[in-house]
Amino acid sequence: MDRVIEARGLTKTYKMGEIEVHALRGVSFEIERGEVLSIMGPSGSGKSTMMNTLGCLDRPTSGEYILDGESVAEMTDDQLASVRNRKVGFVFQSFNLLSRLTALGNVELPLRYAGIAEGRREKARAALEAVGLQDRMTHRPYELSGGQQQRVAVARALVNNPAIIMADEPTGNLDSKVGREIMNLLLNLNKELGTTLIIVTHDPNIAAQTQRVIRLRDGELDPENNETIVRKK
Amino acid sequence: MTFGQAILEALESLNGNKMRSGLTVLGIVIGVAAVIAMLAVGNGAQATITGSISDIGTNLLFVFSGGMEGGPRGGPGGGRSGNNDRPLTLGDAEAIADPFAAPSVELVAPVIQGNGALTFSGENTTTSISGITPAYFTVRNMQVAEGEVINEEHILGRMSVVVLGPETAVNLFGHADGIVGETIRIEGQPFRVIGVLVEKGGGAFGSEDNAAYVPFTTAQARLIKRGALDEVDVIFVQAISAEAVPLAVEEISNVIRARHRTPIGYDDFTVFTQQDFLSTFETITGVLTIFLGGIAGISLLVGGIGIMNIMLVSVTERTREIGLRKALGARKRDILLQFLTESSLLSLIGGIIGIMFGWFIAFVVGQVAAATGNDFVPVVGVDAILLSTGFSAVIGLFFGIYPASRAANLEPVEALRYE
Repeated sequence: MDRVIEARGLTKTYKMGEIEVHALRGVSFEIERGEVLSIMGPSGSGKSTMMNTLGCLDRPTSGEYILDGESVAEMTDDQLASVRNRKVGFVFQSFNLLSRLTALGNVELPLRYAGIAEGRREKARAALEAVGLQDRMTHRPYELSGGQQQRVAVARALVNNPAIIMADEPTGNLDSKVGREIMNLLLNLNKELGTTLIIVTHDPNIAAQTQRVIRLRDGELDPENNETIVRKK
Repeated sequence: MTFGQAILEALESLNGNKMRSGLTVLGIVIGVAAVIAMLAVGNGAQATITGSISDIGTNLLFVFSGGMEGGPRGGPGGGRSGNNDRPLTLGDAEAIADPFAAPSVELVAPVIQGNGALTFSGENTTTSISGITPAYFTVRNMQVAEGEVINEEHILGRMSVVVLGPETAVNLFGHADGIVGETIRIEGQPFRVIGVLVEKGGGAFGSEDNAAYVPFTTAQARLIKRGALDEVDVIFVQAISAEAVPLAVEEISNVIRARHRTPIGYDDFTVFTQQDFLSTFETITGVLTIFLGGIAGISLLVGGIGIMNIMLVSVTERTREIGLRKALGARKRDILLQFLTESSLLSLIGGIIGIMFGWFIAFVVGQVAAATGNDFVPVVGVDAILLSTGFSAVIGLFFGIYPASRAANLEPVEALRYE
């Protein structure tokens, strides 16, 4: 099978003052292209660190991480930025849209940093249409509801046609009805485009909709509970 | 990201916080306006002074008694330091006028000067009195508004005639016209007014409009007493051309040295050219301009620090935005470019407004000067505009570097987590 992520022996150590914090202690797993999976675990389990590492926002202290054929662990900051730009789409809990820009402007941002000038507007338009916001393109974030803002964020995540979409509690700031809509949107996009979807969440209901769950505890894969839910596509 | 996009984004961002952008720009506006206005006023002052000195005539020389050590101006009775110093005499003037000894000299006008009381039917005024020869009016480029100037006949006859400056005429008569033929008293002695000069305005040597001119011989005999008989205070010399001035200086010096038998390396007289005056005044106004410009530059610097301050606040405030941009693939130099563009644009906009504002100030100063009767036009030079624009852009860049590099070096993880 085609592997989009290979992680081997990932560790991450922070220094908080004098104390060393081991956020990850040797985690290994693989993710197939097109998979939908969730990462769960109590707070302090290394969930956020895992997301930052998988999203190329941070480098592991040791171990090997191959994302879509590129070995990320030893990259420079700018190379990481380029990988994030091309291969990762982020969806955050708090949307993180720039309030000065219109929906279209926000969706265009990754394309700008990719250096794409031609057809940028059209691509952004297409992405907004894909999330059902064709008649909200020139609205600014504060003119949109929470669900609509998160749709803009989803459009921004997929506009550059990434290998994976990292969603960090994507429904955390939304009521349950709108949250379901966003989940359905993400799952549908995964079906249509085949983009690998990784969701970091607390919510077992969200995790229940994914094909696989990776559980973390104290910086390691939970030995008892890991990969308990594995569904067919 | 291309440069054009960066500028557009920076404009959007500055536009999003108009109040703050405006206040930040104000520091630069004031600084640049001050630089422009100060330099304009300085240049204007320089142009006015050099202009009034040039009016004297570029081929004019002055010979004073007394060496440079005693100050350039000997003055009546003073300034002669050593006992062996000899005063300038009529004989010196005649020797300078000799076309064989000093071929570069065209005209020579010896002058003795003093102050005296002038009266006319109860009105009286004190003014400077110069004993002169006919050549004086040619050398000094003076014309009569009415009447005539002093001629050879007046000199030979030691006649009691006087040519008045327009201001003196007004002081005595209340008006400057129709007074030719009147008789006034100078130091109690009657003098007939034969002419009134054209108004010249303030000159480099104080007002020449407030003066009385009498024949040299008359002054010598009856008004201004000097120790030695043929003594004169100043000799005005006109060289044959502006180019011949240095040569004339040399010739005059040689003639007087020979006559005074001065020791080698020491002159008991000083030859001053209009060029000397010009360079002296240019030095003074140049220092003044640099001084004023320096003060204005300090306010520009303060404006730059204001920009840095605001950019630092802005970076802190937009930490999450920076984190997000990095998450979306912005490289360090993208962020650096974004913030540098913002700070440069701030100071450039400030610079442009400042230029217009400074121009306006210079214009107002000019209007005020014109309204108060001073011949003074501030000059906004291209150099001042280029200087302040360049300086403000550099300041924006320089004071933007630190905040921008702080933004660029933020860790994306930390920045995204920032509240």
